[in-house]
Amino acid sequence: MPLYHTDDQAMLADTVTGFMADEGGIKQQLRHFRDINCQDGFGHGLWKQFAEMGLTGMLASEADGGLAMGHVEAGIVLKEIGRNLTPSPFLTTSVMGVTALSDGSDDLRGRWLPGVLAGDSVLAVAVDEGPKHRPERIAARAEKAGNGFRLSGNKAFVVQGASADAIIVAARTSGSDSDVDGITLFAVPKDAAGISHENLRLVDSAMASNIRFDNVELDGDCVIGDVDGGRALLNKVLNAGRIGAAAELTGVGQGSFDVTTAYLKTRKQFGKLIGEFQALQHRAAHCYSELEIAAAAVIKAQQLLDGGSEKAELMVSVAKAKAALACNLSVREGVQMHGGVGMTDEYDIGLYMKRDRSLAEFMGDQYYHAERVAQLSGY
Amino acid sequence: MSDLESFRQEIRTWLEANCPAEMREPVRDEGDVCWGGRNFQFKNAAQKAWLEACVAKGYTVPDWPRAYGGAGMSPAEAKVWREECARIGARPPLSSFGIWMLGPALLKFGTEEQKVHYLGEIARGEIRWCQGYSEPGSGSDLVSLQTFGEDQGDHWVVNGQKIWTSYADKADWIFCLVRTDKANKYQGISFLLFDMTTPGVTTKPIKLISGNSPFCETFFDNVVVPKTQIVGDLNRGWDVAKYLLGHEREMISGAGGGDRLNAIGAIVARNGLEDPILRAELAMFDVDALAYGCMGEKFLDEAKVGKAHPAQPNMMKYAGTELNKRRHELLMSAGGATALEWDSERTSGGTPARSWLRTKANSIEGGTSEVMLNVIAKRILDLPGA
Repeated sequence: MPLYHTDDQAMLADTVTGFMADEGGIKQQLRHFRDINCQDGFGHGLWKQFAEMGLTGMLASEADGGLAMGHVEAGIVLKEIGRNLTPSPFLTTSVMGVTALSDGSDDLRGRWLPGVLAGDSVLAVAVDEGPKHRPERIAARAEKAGNGFRLSGNKAFVVQGASADAIIVAARTSGSDSDVDGITLFAVPKDAAGISHENLRLVDSAMASNIRFDNVELDGDCVIGDVDGGRALLNKVLNAGRIGAAAELTGVGQGSFDVTTAYLKTRKQFGKLIGEFQALQHRAAHCYSELEIAAAAVIKAQQLLDGGSEKAELMVSVAKAKAALACNLSVREGVQMHGGVGMTDEYDIGLYMKRDRSLAEFMGDQYYHAERVAQLSGY
Repeated sequence: MSDLESFRQEIRTWLEANCPAEMREPVRDEGDVCWGGRNFQFKNAAQKAWLEACVAKGYTVPDWPRAYGGAGMSPAEAKVWREECARIGARPPLSSFGIWMLGPALLKFGTEEQKVHYLGEIARGEIRWCQGYSEPGSGSDLVSLQTFGEDQGDHWVVNGQKIWTSYADKADWIFCLVRTDKANKYQGISFLLFDMTTPGVTTKPIKLISGNSPFCETFFDNVVVPKTQIVGDLNRGWDVAKYLLGHEREMISGAGGGDRLNAIGAIVARNGLEDPILRAELAMFDVDALAYGCMGEKFLDEAKVGKAHPAQPNMMKYAGTELNKRRHELLMSAGGATALEWDSERTSGGTPARSWLRTKANSIEGGTSEVMLNVIAKRILDLPGA
C-alpha cells in the first residue's frame, strides 16, 4: 500500500482540517476552557459536534453504528487535534476506549458505545500505576467475589479519568505483578462505590486523575474479553493509544513549526527579517526534515496496524519515539526562535511546548519506545 | 492469477535459473562490484555470467525502454523485479554512473540518436562513465566553474581542470559541465560527453583519508569535442546538471533502494553488546534509521504519482547522509580496537575504518548538507532572502 492517503482519506482530511480550524481553534477551545478553569478540561459542545460528524465512532464496527475505519483515518483527526491543540476526549474515548470495547460482549458494547457515538459519554483508560509508562507491570488486583470481582489498587495519569463515564481498567486477576498472563480488562462505571480521584490539571491544561480503587464491587459483566487473558487486548489498546498519540504529536509539531516559520517571515531585527539569517534557516530546515520523517513513520505504522501486520508492533514504537523527538525539536526551536515573546502566555508557541511534553509522556516516551525497538529487534 | 503475480513467477523462475550462487552473497568490498567498461576485469566467471544474462534480457536497466537496452518494465513490474532480487539477495549485475546518473538525464534531454547509442552501451556495461562537475574553485558554488570550451565551428576545444572525478582513471567516457559562454553565469554552461582517451585528457588519483583513491584530478589540454556530443541545448547544461544532481542525491541518500540505512542494533549485538549506553545509542539510532526507511518508501510512492515536492530529494540527501555518518561512528564504537585495524585480514584490510572515513564525504559530495538546508529553506519553506 503506498504511503500516502487514498482519495477517500484525503477527502476526510479536507473536511476535518476545516472543521478543526473553525471549531477547535486555540482561542475558542484550549484558552477558553483553561481560563474558566473547566474541571473536565474540554468542551462538551465540541464533543457533540464530533459525534454529529461521525468521528466519535469512526473505529467502531458498522454493526455497532460506527464507521469501521482504521488508524490511518483516526490519525487524520488526531493530527488536526494536535495542530489546533484542541482539548478533546477523542484519543482516550474513540481510539483507545472503543478499541477496548470492540472485544467486549454485546451487552457491554450496548451499554457504553451508544453514549460514546452520540457524543454524550467519555471513556478513560487506566493502565499505568506510577509516573512512567510501564504496562509490563500491573499490580492493581481484582479478586473473584460472588459472580463478579472486587477491585483494589491505584492508577496514575488517567487522562480525563474524573470526567469519564466508564474507566477501562487493566487489573491483575491472577499471578504476580510482572507476569504477562493474569491480566483482565474491566469497564468500570464512574459511580461504582469505592472509587476516589485526585483530579489534577497538567502543564498543558488537560485534566488527569490519579485514581484509587478501594474494594470496588464489579459485576461479572464488566469484564471485557477473557478473564486472565487480557494481555493481547491490552496491547491492542496500547498500540491504538501509542499510534494515536504519535499522530497527534506530528500535528503539534507541524502546528508549532507553521507558527514559527510565519514568525520568521514577519519579525525584524538588525533591519532584516530574522528568517533571512542562515543560522535560523538551517535550523528550520532541519526541523522540517525531522517532522517529515516522523510523519512517514507514523503513516507506515498506521497502515501496518490496520493491515494486521506482525511488523506493526515495532513500527508503532518507532513512530511514537520519532514523533516525540521531532515534535520536541519543533517546539523547543519554536520558543527559542520567538525570542522573548516565546516566553509569554499571550503567544501560542508556549502552548505547543506544553502539549508536546504531555503527549510525549503519554503511552511511553521516546526512551521507553527505543528500548522496545531494541527488545523487539532481539538485542 | 493477476498479471503482476504471473510476472513475479516468471521473474522468480528466471532468477532461479540465471543468478549464480556466488552472486547471491552480500558484497564484501569494492572489489566485488561489477563496474563494466572497456577494461573491466571480471572477478570470476559467475560475475560475468550474471551480467551477460541480465544484459540479454534488459535487466540491468529494467525500467528503460527496450529500444535503449532496457526491459521496458512498468514501475510496478520494476518493483517486483527489485523485490525478487532482494528476496534471494541477488547483487546488482552492474554498478554504473551511467545507469544512476547519466542515463536518466539522457532519457529526458538526449536526442533519439544519443539515446539509442549511449543508453545501449550503458545498459550492456560496455562503457564506464565518470562525472566532470566539480573544479578546484567550484565545489558547493558549482556554477562558478571555469573549464572553457572554445567554439571552433563543428567542435569545441576544451581547456581546464576538474576535481573529485570519481574513478576518472578507470572511466572510458566523461559527462562534463563546460562553460561555453563566459558572459552568462547560469546560462553559459553546456553538458558535453567525450571519450577519456581523447588527446589532451589526463587523470591523477587523489589519495584520501581512507587510504583509497576513488577520486581523481582530471586535466583538459586542448581537448577536441565534436558538436554532436552535447546533451540538451547549447548554454543550457545547467538544466541537465540539476536534473542529474537530483538522481545523484537520491543515490547517495540511499533512497533509491539502498540498504545502507537499515537498523544496526541487532547486527552489532550478534558479537555481544556489553555496554548499556552503547546499546541505548544503538536503539535511538535504530528509531531514526527505521523512520528514515519509511521516509524513503513514502518519497518513492509519492514521486511515482507526482505528489512529492521537487526539492524533497534535498531533504532525503541531508537526513540520509547525516544518519549514515552516525551509523558508522556507532559501528566503529561497537567494533572497538578491532575496528581500528588498518591492514589485517580479520577486517578485510581495514574495511570498518575505511568505510567510516568514507562516509565523511557523504555530507560533502553531491551538495553539502549546508547547501541542502539552503535549498530546503528557499524552495520548501520559502524563507525570505534564502
